[in-house]
Amino acid sequence: MGKLVLEGISKRFGAVEVLKTVDLDVADGEFIVIVGPSGCGKSTLLRIIAGLSDQSTGKVLIGGRDVSSLPPSKRGIAMVFQSYALYPHLTVEGNLTLGLKQARTAASLIAERVAEAVRILALEPFLKRRPGELSGGQRQRVAIGRAIVRHPEVFLFDEPLSNLDAALRNQVRAEIADLHRRLGATMVYVTHDQVEAMTLADRIIVMNGGIVQQIGTPSELYRRPANAFVATFIGSPGMNMVAGTAGGGVLTLAGSGRLPCSAAANGAVTAGIRPNGFEILPGGNDGLAGTVIASEYLGAESFLRVRLADGTVVTVHEHPDHGWLIDQPVTLRLRPGNLHLFDAASGVRIAEGPDAAAQPAAARVA
Amino acid sequence: MTQRIARRFQISTLAAHLVLIGFTLLALAPTLLVIMNSFKPRKEIFGAPLALPSFETITLIGYDTVLKRGDILNYFQNSLIVTVCALFFIILFGAMAAFALSEYRFPGNRLIGLFLVMGIMVPIRLGTVGILKLMVSLGLANTLFALILVYTAQGLPMAVFVMSEFMRQVSDDLKNAARVDGLSEYTILFRLVLPVVRPAIATIAVFTMVPIWNDLWFPLVLAPGESTRTMTLGAQSFIGQFITDWNAVLAALTLAIVPMLILYLMFSRQLIRGITAGAVK
Ligand SMILES: Nc1ncnc2c1ncn2[C@@H]1O[C@H](COP(=O)(O)OP(=O)(O)O)[C@@H](O)[C@H]1O
Ligand SMILES: [Mg+2]
Repeated sequence: MGKLVLEGISKRFGAVEVLKTVDLDVADGEFIVIVGPSGCGKSTLLRIIAGLSDQSTGKVLIGGRDVSSLPPSKRGIAMVFQSYALYPHLTVEGNLTLGLKQARTAASLIAERVAEAVRILALEPFLKRRPGELSGGQRQRVAIGRAIVRHPEVFLFDEPLSNLDAALRNQVRAEIADLHRRLGATMVYVTHDQVEAMTLADRIIVMNGGIVQQIGTPSELYRRPANAFVATFIGSPGMNMVAGTAGGGVLTLAGSGRLPCSAAANGAVTAGIRPNGFEILPGGNDGLAGTVIASEYLGAESFLRVRLADGTVVTVHEHPDHGWLIDQPVTLRLRPGNLHLFDAASGVRIAEGPDAAAQPAAARVA
Repeated sequence: MTQRIARRFQISTLAAHLVLIGFTLLALAPTLLVIMNSFKPRKEIFGAPLALPSFETITLIGYDTVLKRGDILNYFQNSLIVTVCALFFIILFGAMAAFALSEYRFPGNRLIGLFLVMGIMVPIRLGTVGILKLMVSLGLANTLFALILVYTAQGLPMAVFVMSEFMRQVSDDLKNAARVDGLSEYTILFRLVLPVVRPAIATIAVFTMVPIWNDLWFPLVLAPGESTRTMTLGAQSFIGQFITDWNAVLAALTLAIVPMLILYLMFSRQLIRGITAGAVK
């Protein structure tokens, strides 16, 4: 019922191509997060789904119906905006009911829908207030309420948490996750924050420069990033990217040491290793030689910054109470199954690269 | 140290206030003179033009003359009809055009904007002869409608220019939320956007209404007939080639100030917000 399909959507503003053929299949009840750096076309895509702007090519289907030429109000969608976008001259109640009144919904049904939204979001105390008299978090809840009363087939969220402070952001994020569980509705959620994407999504769409980089579950993206962009964008702190050369099953990481690798890799490559993919040993051991240059203590863990022989700085995950000193020579070893290889020129993942889940024993430390 | 700064600050604010007060007096002086002298007999007007009317000299003879000439109410009515109607159309069409220019992308959008800016710079009076010919051939000479049309045309460019600037600042999200809720573009403009740009409307209202009310040119050219005379033109009828009834002229002018004052007070709160800007967010 709430199935959303995009077929070959593209968008150009004059000569600028902002979206390049996006195809997407969202199952009923799925929570999809579109993530990417600012300016990559996420909002544009969402606005096309909503019918707020026209696609240059392609079709939008919602619940099996081609809605490409329907106005936003007839598409069965509801949208929550970054800036809340509440009607400033109406009370919370007025904000919730305007859309339904506009659609000439029966008064009893309106009352029922409003009561439901008020119950879910605990809006009761604010019903008679105007948006100007509410805090940011309350406003965003009203905005979500305005979406709920429409009983849409698809919910669209455009960076709904960006205007909230950090503490509130976590709270509202949890509320949205809760809402999705409770309503079981299809949701498309846009954000530039990969943490939001990872925590909320059933599936994530990573975009960059108007092009879909990869679609997959959070763990698929984390474990098998399709290219160097996804690899660095997903995960925090980001994946270390180290230049190297591969050949005959041996990977030489610039100036620092040699590792075994998949035989498929040949020539210039970029090796991607997450901070927790390293094991750190005293200097002079077999592995990548480096020097500790900084340590960040976070309480439950800490991160070391280590400069390798060729000047590349990598981040290494370590126990909080490690004994490493600044300027101390160390050796980094790879934990098995933590090497991602990407083509140096195109950034595309080199097939048969060891996968953390599938081949835990495949990669050995040199 | 802090005291010295405080004192210097006081002196500079004092200086600023003196300049502003001086300027206010300068700007108000002619108006005050008109009002003062409208209460004085003719001899006093010329004998001591700067003196306040005293108990002995105060007289309402000017007002008497003006009000006895029954048509003064008619002049008043004409002025009000013309000003209010022109204002209404300027704001209505101005808002619609400004919304189109600021909201929709269409070929020629910027060209039309530029064309309107030219309309602000070129005085409409340059086209008086053409306008007169047009009105005559349309059979609109000596009608208030002719004046309303001309003033609407005269006020529109500025109105569109100012309002489209303000409308650009209205959040896109708000308009889009309304579209998702199924509001028509007209409802979005009149119910959502216009209330938000109220300060801009007040600004336009004040700045276009005063020149219309005060205008002598177009009433003289397009509607000089007795029944269509406006207040400003009507006051001229007391100015003769040989004798001028100054009491009556001054009284008529004083009366003419009143409606503008009332309208101004109505708009002024919004106006101040408009001028100090930043109000639209
Ligand atoms: N109306 C427009 N005219 C021209 N370019 C636009 C317009 N809207 C957006 N863009 C461009 O499209 C790109 C994507 O914008 P957007 O979808 O808002 O990015 P995101 O939401 O991912 O930050 C940006 O580079 C932006 O400059
Ligand atoms: Mg955006």
